[in-house]
Amino acid sequence: MVLHSIGGFLVHKMRDPVLDNTAWLKTYYYYYCYFLCRFLICGSGDSVKVFSTSTEECVHVLEGHTDQVTGVALNPANHLQVYSCSADGTVRLWDFIDGILIKTFIFGYPILSLYVSEKHAGNFQLLALHLPKVPDQEVEAKDMFAVLCDISPNPGSTAFGQGGEYIASALGLRLNVYFFRKQKTYRFSLKATDKKGAKNAFTCVACHPKDDCIATGHEDGKIRLWRNFNQKKEYTYSTQHWHHNAVSSLCFTPEGMHLLSGGVESVLVQWHCEEVNKKDFLPRLGGAISHIAVSSDGQMYCTSHSDNKINIIHCSFKLSAVIQGLVKGNIWTDLVIDSRTKALVMNGRPGHLQFYSLQQDKQLYSLDIVQQEYIYEEGLDQFEVMKAVFDVRGNWLATVEERGRDSDLEFALKLWGFNESAQSLELNTTITAAHQDRITSMCFSPSTETTMLVTAAKDGQFKVWLLGTDSETQKEQASWSCDFVGSYHGLQPTNCCFSSDGSLLAVSFEEVVTVWSSDTWGLLTTLCQPPGPIRELCFGRLSCSKYLACLHLAVTCFLFDKLLEHVFVFRPSEPRPLFTQKAVCEGKVQRCVFAPRAEPLDSCDERFQWLNRSRLYYLTEKMELLSFSTQTEDERILKSRKQLLVDDSVAVTPFYLLLGKHRRQQEEEDKLNFMTNQVSERTQHPQASVAVKEHVLFFFFLLLKIIVLKIVLFSFIQYGTSLEEEWRDTQSKLLEV
Amino acid sequence: MGEFKVHRVRFFDYMPSAIRALAFQPQREKIAVARTSGSVEIFNCADRFFQEKIIPGREQAATEALAWVGDRLFSAGLNGVISEYDLENQKVKYTIDAFGGPIWTIASNQQGTHLAVGCEDGTVKLFEVCEGKIQFEKNLAKQKGRILSLSWHPSGSRIVAGMMDMIRVFNTETGQSVHRLLVERGIGASRSVECVVWGVVYLSDGTIISGDSSGKVKIWDDLTGTLIKSHQVTKWDVLALSVSQDETSVVAGTSEGTVVQFQFLSVVLGQEDKEWVQTRIFKNHTHDVRTVLELGTAVVSGGMDTQFVVRPLLDKIEERGPECVLRKIQFPHRSLVSCAKKAGLLLFQYPGHLELWRLGESDGHGASGSVLPVKRKPEKLLHLKIKGEEHICCSAVSPCGEWIAYSTVASFRLYRLHCDNNNVSITKVSKLPKVLSSANQICFSSDSSKLFAASTCSSVHVVSLSQTVHKFVCTLKPKSGSVQAVHLLAASEDGKWLASANSDREVQIYNLTKMKLHSTVPVYNSGVTAMAIHPTTNNLFMVHADQQVFEYSIEEKKYTDWSRQVQRNGLHYLWLARDTPVTNVTFNPKNPTHIILHDAYMFCIIDQTLPLPDSSSQFYNQLTLRSLPEKDRTKHSHAFKMCKTFKELMFVELMEDQSLVAVERPLVEIAAQLPAPVRQKKFAT
Repeated sequence: MVLHSIGGFLVHKMRDPVLDNTAWLKTYYYYYCYFLCRFLICGSGDSVKVFSTSTEECVHVLEGHTDQVTGVALNPANHLQVYSCSADGTVRLWDFIDGILIKTFIFGYPILSLYVSEKHAGNFQLLALHLPKVPDQEVEAKDMFAVLCDISPNPGSTAFGQGGEYIASALGLRLNVYFFRKQKTYRFSLKATDKKGAKNAFTCVACHPKDDCIATGHEDGKIRLWRNFNQKKEYTYSTQHWHHNAVSSLCFTPEGMHLLSGGVESVLVQWHCEEVNKKDFLPRLGGAISHIAVSSDGQMYCTSHSDNKINIIHCSFKLSAVIQGLVKGNIWTDLVIDSRTKALVMNGRPGHLQFYSLQQDKQLYSLDIVQQEYIYEEGLDQFEVMKAVFDVRGNWLATVEERGRDSDLEFALKLWGFNESAQSLELNTTITAAHQDRITSMCFSPSTETTMLVTAAKDGQFKVWLLGTDSETQKEQASWSCDFVGSYHGLQPTNCCFSSDGSLLAVSFEEVVTVWSSDTWGLLTTLCQPPGPIRELCFGRLSCSKYLACLHLAVTCFLFDKLLEHVFVFRPSEPRPLFTQKAVCEGKVQRCVFAPRAEPLDSCDERFQWLNRSRLYYLTEKMELLSFSTQTEDERILKSRKQLLVDDSVAVTPFYLLLGKHRRQQEEEDKLNFMTNQVSERTQHPQASVAVKEHVLFFFFLLLKIIVLKIVLFSFIQYGTSLEEEWRDTQSKLLEV
Repeated sequence: MGEFKVHRVRFFDYMPSAIRALAFQPQREKIAVARTSGSVEIFNCADRFFQEKIIPGREQAATEALAWVGDRLFSAGLNGVISEYDLENQKVKYTIDAFGGPIWTIASNQQGTHLAVGCEDGTVKLFEVCEGKIQFEKNLAKQKGRILSLSWHPSGSRIVAGMMDMIRVFNTETGQSVHRLLVERGIGASRSVECVVWGVVYLSDGTIISGDSSGKVKIWDDLTGTLIKSHQVTKWDVLALSVSQDETSVVAGTSEGTVVQFQFLSVVLGQEDKEWVQTRIFKNHTHDVRTVLELGTAVVSGGMDTQFVVRPLLDKIEERGPECVLRKIQFPHRSLVSCAKKAGLLLFQYPGHLELWRLGESDGHGASGSVLPVKRKPEKLLHLKIKGEEHICCSAVSPCGEWIAYSTVASFRLYRLHCDNNNVSITKVSKLPKVLSSANQICFSSDSSKLFAASTCSSVHVVSLSQTVHKFVCTLKPKSGSVQAVHLLAASEDGKWLASANSDREVQIYNLTKMKLHSTVPVYNSGVTAMAIHPTTNNLFMVHADQQVFEYSIEEKKYTDWSRQVQRNGLHYLWLARDTPVTNVTFNPKNPTHIILHDAYMFCIIDQTLPLPDSSSQFYNQLTLRSLPEKDRTKHSHAFKMCKTFKELMFVELMEDQSLVAVERPLVEIAAQLPAPVRQKKFAT
């Protein structure tokens, strides 16, 4: 168990999203799925989800595993039960109609995959595949015996043969077939490359349900159908080739009439076993196909994709339903909250923006920004959405798409308006040459009077775009045009930001922050911050009291470290972090965002009040969307569950962890990146005070220096004098340390 | 190693003709190949697919099918006649008209008693195979539409015929049609075109397998006359079918150039009921595969792209050996070029004519590998068209360049060449001795005073040539009494010796001064592909089809020490692994220890003074040697100097003036002259 209980606070780590109803999604989430005609069952994180194939709704979430669920298989004896295996070394049997855990088998080794044979039913048969080098274990009830060594950890590369007589497994260039009755393994190997340079390595295996025929997929896109494999020499295979890249999954239909294959092309290919040259195609399914499953009656096919999507396909080769999780892929845009739908907006499918509802944990829709056909080919330079910004009311969306490197850069700024009648975003203006060089930052003015966008680009200029009501052109729709071009000493602008009332615009030029009046476009003041170029810039929410009610204070700061990840939460007026959390995830935190809660919490603990009104979401390198939640929340969720978790965690405070291990102070300052979000003006003194050792304290203040500087500087602009002294005080305090 | 001025000759436009039919003789492991030019070649499967015999074709022969009956080979063609071949003397023994119009197919039963031919007029005619001839027996029930393919049931009681749009099964006793199996036409535009059943196979369990022009291989049951299974193999035609001896594998050749294998496998392992399952696809041809053979251990195929391809089935071969390599035979295994060393002339043998070329000249000197400026361009002196329908079977030009001789199956001709400056004229020698009616191989003595013509029963006729009178000297005969024809002749430089090799693998050496047999080289179990007598030592150097080399001292009547050493030491495995035979051996008079040989892909100089390579040494070491300093070279060098700088070689000879003639025939140029293959989409679906 990896729950870290810290006082009244719980941090959700990668392997316990069960407590979080906004569970993050991952590629191999929907990895191995089995389904009946009505239900689709798939592993998702450390839970098993049951979807309805007709409505696409998640019917049940079966929770209880404490680690990644690695395999799901229907109980052949009872089709209302499902086995699931997990890396926590247990296999659990569930009633998926009612969502009840029936049994737990404990093995003690991480289980990578699960295969169930019909003929060995009763005491179910299990092949546990650990690491490739460790002998693999087969378990009948409680005793294990090794079946095959050297097995690929990929579940798709092992399959039970016809009638459970044998098991076929492929690794690298070798196919192993183990016959249970004879207890004999036959090995067939292919050459590494043939003369034409084909890559022959096996990628996946499927066995014909009626005949003794093994289908194997290969790196070069070939599919081989092996027969007569109980002969050392006189085995034979036929080769089919359609995929231009590796075949990632193969599946036979239950009667063995068809073979389904898929790969990176995202085309589902149906091969007719009787007529070898005949095939059917279902293209444009989404991301690369990672797994294919067929319902037990052969009526439904389902494909799971690398972009966290499941397509349910009727056997007549028509798409019947789509279950879309958080699309995995490269994220260039910031995490943006669409205030209209309360959805998280970020890069989705190539060339698209996805609108992901955090409350419902599903994708609302995907907006095609690039409006070009995406070609699945390596090394092809295609347009990608690099920036996306919403205005405060969610009426306007500005996007930037880019293609090419520095020399042959092509980009376009697109402005999308919300159409009330169609209830969707529609393209309003496309500006192909908005700037000479790459756009680095853009923001909408929060002011209610004008609709204004500011873009800052590497060509040394920032431009102000206004939605003009052009009477001359007699257009029905208002379009955007450039209103003002500003620059500062030929420096490259890096960030831009409006104050919350829209009266001030701050643009950072490397180390200098310039503040402009949005009415006159006059330069009001410049603020210099010597230690290095400014990476992020944000105004505090300082003006209206109505914002005060719904938003809280918080400044987050992320330390970018290859091994450890920390979250710091600051209050603008405080030099010390309000909250810190070490090692929140594996790998770097890439992006984070505060999302407002639908109904505020009333946490009494002062330290976690910043979580009452909004929630912090952060995205890791592995495309996991993680969040913090408080214990009261978790308890609420826990109560609603029938099966309670056993918590074996040790209470470790984050400060304890942080202080115990941190040594490299100076290096980490360089890696410092920080991001401020939604800062409240409420001046409240932090409650978290910790006894810190001196060297660590020093480190803290190095981090804080920049944070404090910025926050205080902004206050200075607003209030003129009073905070100047405070700033100096902080400065002197820092120097003392 | 020595430097040569090389004539890279690219003006020999040798064009092989397409392969039309293949037939396998299982007892002697021989394959007969019929080409569209009408020629028939015999390959020996046991001797590395060495082309043992070539029966030259004739105009409008149009051979369509071949059939073995025991050791006898029959062919039938669109000219409507059935021919039997005289394999010993490499000619047609007799022809018999079937009186049924063009014949599309011929098939023999396993008992070897009958031949069946399928004719254009829709009849299947049965011929009884008698001693020395075939006798018409009966017509089976006449059908509408031509008979394109035939296959006997192994019992001989039934015969299946592939026709237009249908397959018929006949009872051979009654001659009546038992079943009529309708074959559906292709879909789309080809619906209006008749479906041609190009190939049928009748298995002993009563299964009929057919291949047709709609691209399907169909499996039928002859008991009920119903279709069991249909495999769409190609979008184009299935042109040929062949079944293995044990009836577990069937191969089908298609227009796409692929050979598709079907195997009789149990669908569920360990159970009895088996099914025909499509398994492997071999793609070794660019054009139509017109004919295939399933030998059990290999699939042999031939077609429009003129290649004879042997694809081994590795799962059936017990041990790794020379059988395990894919062979593509493009060139004949004997030389079509002869060379007048002294005069610098080349004679090219085409099926219907001869071409005489004078080599170009260059006095330039350049660095190794550079192209020299040409002072005089090569010149075509003569284009000699033969009379009659028969194709040339052998030809030769005398070393002095004065005489040209060629022979067809029917006639032998000798021409005298007059060459003064730019005027070239020839006169036919009219009064030839009567024994020279035809020859299987022709050779001139080095001083051009004698002509040797190999004739029937391994005999060699010797004719002395002079300006005026041409006298028959004698006939040299081996003592073994072999009836096989001589396919190689070699005369010694000093005019004292003549060596002959025949298809029985015997090599005889005759003493030309005494005009009698001198000795017989011990018979080796592989055919001689090239041989020559050394000009100074008078050693006979022989290369065999299994790539072994022997040197035989004529005077001492025994193998030389070097030859024994080669046999003791064994040749390098890379030398033995080469898949084309050596077709010419020549010597360098300046360097008596050097022997120059070539096959289709390389030319090689064997230096007898250097140590032989052992299996651990680098065989193709020329580049390595070049990179080494002068001192270390001797340590690493071995007797075999291989050179692969040339394209596919037809002939290599060292001229009198120490220049090397290399006649290249790049396969790309042959491929460029072929008709366009069927259109295939490479991508898309």
